[in-house]
Amino acid sequence: MRPILMKGHERPLTFLRYNRDGDLLFSCAKDHTPTLWYADNGERHGTYRGHNGAVWSCDVSRDSSRLITGSADQTAKIWEVKTGRQLFSFKFGSPARSVDFSVGDKLAVITTDPFMERTSAIHVKRIAEDPEDQIDDSVLILQNPDGKKRINRAVWGPLNETIVSGGEDAVIRVWDTETGKLIKESNEEEGHKKTITSLCKAADDSHFITGSLDKTAKLWDMRTLTLIKTYTTGVPVNAVAMSPLLNHVVLGGGQDASAVTTTDHRAGKFEAKFYDKILQEEIGGVKGHFGPINALAFNPDGKSFSSGGEDGYVRLHHFDSDYFNIKI
Amino acid sequence: MTIDSQQKTSKFRWGEMDEDDDLDFLLPPRQVIGPDENGVKTVIEYKFNDEGNKVKTTTRTRVRKLASARLNKRAMERRSWPKFGDAANEDTGSRLTMVSTEEILMERPRAPGTKADESKAAGDSLSQLGKGGAVLMVCRTCHKKGDHWTSKCPYKDLAVPADVFIDKPPTGEASTTSTAPGTGKAAYVPPSMRAGADRNATGSDMRRRNDENSVRVTNLSEDTREADLMELFHPFGAVTRVYVAIDQKTSMSRGFGFVNFVSREDAQRAINKLNGYGYDNLILRVEWATPRPT
Repeated sequence: MRPILMKGHERPLTFLRYNRDGDLLFSCAKDHTPTLWYADNGERHGTYRGHNGAVWSCDVSRDSSRLITGSADQTAKIWEVKTGRQLFSFKFGSPARSVDFSVGDKLAVITTDPFMERTSAIHVKRIAEDPEDQIDDSVLILQNPDGKKRINRAVWGPLNETIVSGGEDAVIRVWDTETGKLIKESNEEEGHKKTITSLCKAADDSHFITGSLDKTAKLWDMRTLTLIKTYTTGVPVNAVAMSPLLNHVVLGGGQDASAVTTTDHRAGKFEAKFYDKILQEEIGGVKGHFGPINALAFNPDGKSFSSGGEDGYVRLHHFDSDYFNIKI
Repeated sequence: MTIDSQQKTSKFRWGEMDEDDDLDFLLPPRQVIGPDENGVKTVIEYKFNDEGNKVKTTTRTRVRKLASARLNKRAMERRSWPKFGDAANEDTGSRLTMVSTEEILMERPRAPGTKADESKAAGDSLSQLGKGGAVLMVCRTCHKKGDHWTSKCPYKDLAVPADVFIDKPPTGEASTTSTAPGTGKAAYVPPSMRAGADRNATGSDMRRRNDENSVRVTNLSEDTREADLMELFHPFGAVTRVYVAIDQKTSMSRGFGFVNFVSREDAQRAINKLNGYGYDNLILRVEWATPRPT
């Protein structure tokens, strides 16, 4: 396959997200402008100007009309996808790390980093139908038991009943959204050993995968938080994605960004590694980035995926036909 | 080209041309034939070249139907959205989006079905001798035998660069150079002169080795593939090569193929047995591919 290279960002990529129809791709980077691309030919369609810091993550509503972004400038902003107009800005006292719309797009979960004397927290915001009625107040604030540790990702569980979070303390937590109580957390022997960098839900919300700097990715049951599978790779995992079509998971990573300059780029293993979801066996690797992969996303049709790297490139891969009949 | 048409062109002036005057009267019309059942479309066009000569251009193209991409209505609508932000006043030459010049393949950790091949090659010493090229498939990077060529090695990136490459035979049994007298780093010894080379082949002709013990199989059915021939001929002995002639246009079998055996005896037995054998409702004809000198 010949990937499409998209060089719209000047700084390392942080997050990639497809809309539900799979025709739009949103990219976030450490430069301040999230960008919208057409997912089939990689043409840049627009940029969302207004943030004043690195943008860590984004999410798009189911009808592709609203975009929410979380940024290091201590705000999370809602945008109109079509025009790039900013609709609302949530202000926090610390950087907003992860954002996720709930099922139905009525709520959003936003995590904030520990900063100065503030501790890390998970905020639930109500998203108003009409941006005029939008208010800044949080419906629910969940405090991490260890407030000094960052929460890297928080997503909604099935039917918005739970919120699943993972972060620097390497523990996966499941919270009740009704009461705000902690329901479950991963135990020490099954859980990750180091920072959880990424978390990706399956299309049907039945299970999710977490990637960690301990060089593994783990597959968990969403409701019971039982460990299903572990994928071991040689390098720290920065990004994970699951194919909605085949039983494949993709892990992206590479050595730490600070160590990249000290070694040859070929030794860094900056490839997106494909694993069989069930057999936990490696299927193949897709090379190309000159730095660690920070973001991965699968098109909802499962026929293409994109990766964003520390090198500032988004690489959009449309699979060859032989990918679909890979046998182990 | 006729004299008549040439005269017409020499007389022809652009200035005299009427608005609705068309040039087609000078030339036979463009002809489109097909696409036929193989998807081959032929377009015949006529034009005058710079010297006023009539040129007939026949273009044959293969027409293939691509799976039509499905876009839903709302995605189609989003296509027509105006650009915004930085993309709105982006100059066309900015080239933010490029298609990679490099073909990226999904690299498999190991080639499928390699294990089986390896054991087969190792087990049969006879096949090793006769196979020639096949046994020499030793990766110089990771020293793995019969798995992949050096250029396809998954560890190639991590290998020592070629300029410090040590001219060392990869493994004892596979190398033929080390034992031959006078072979070192200095002198090049052609493969035919090396120890273990097939002296009977009388050197010189590389093609001959390919024709050795070659059996021609004709009257094959259209959907016979190489794997089928392999299955058919394998019981008679080690087979080095199976080839079925495929029509380039139709990608169907042309009804004949070749099978090379390691040993002549096996080939002879195969001919004796399979000539006149009924295969896929057709009666096979199996014979020596080249007239034997004996």
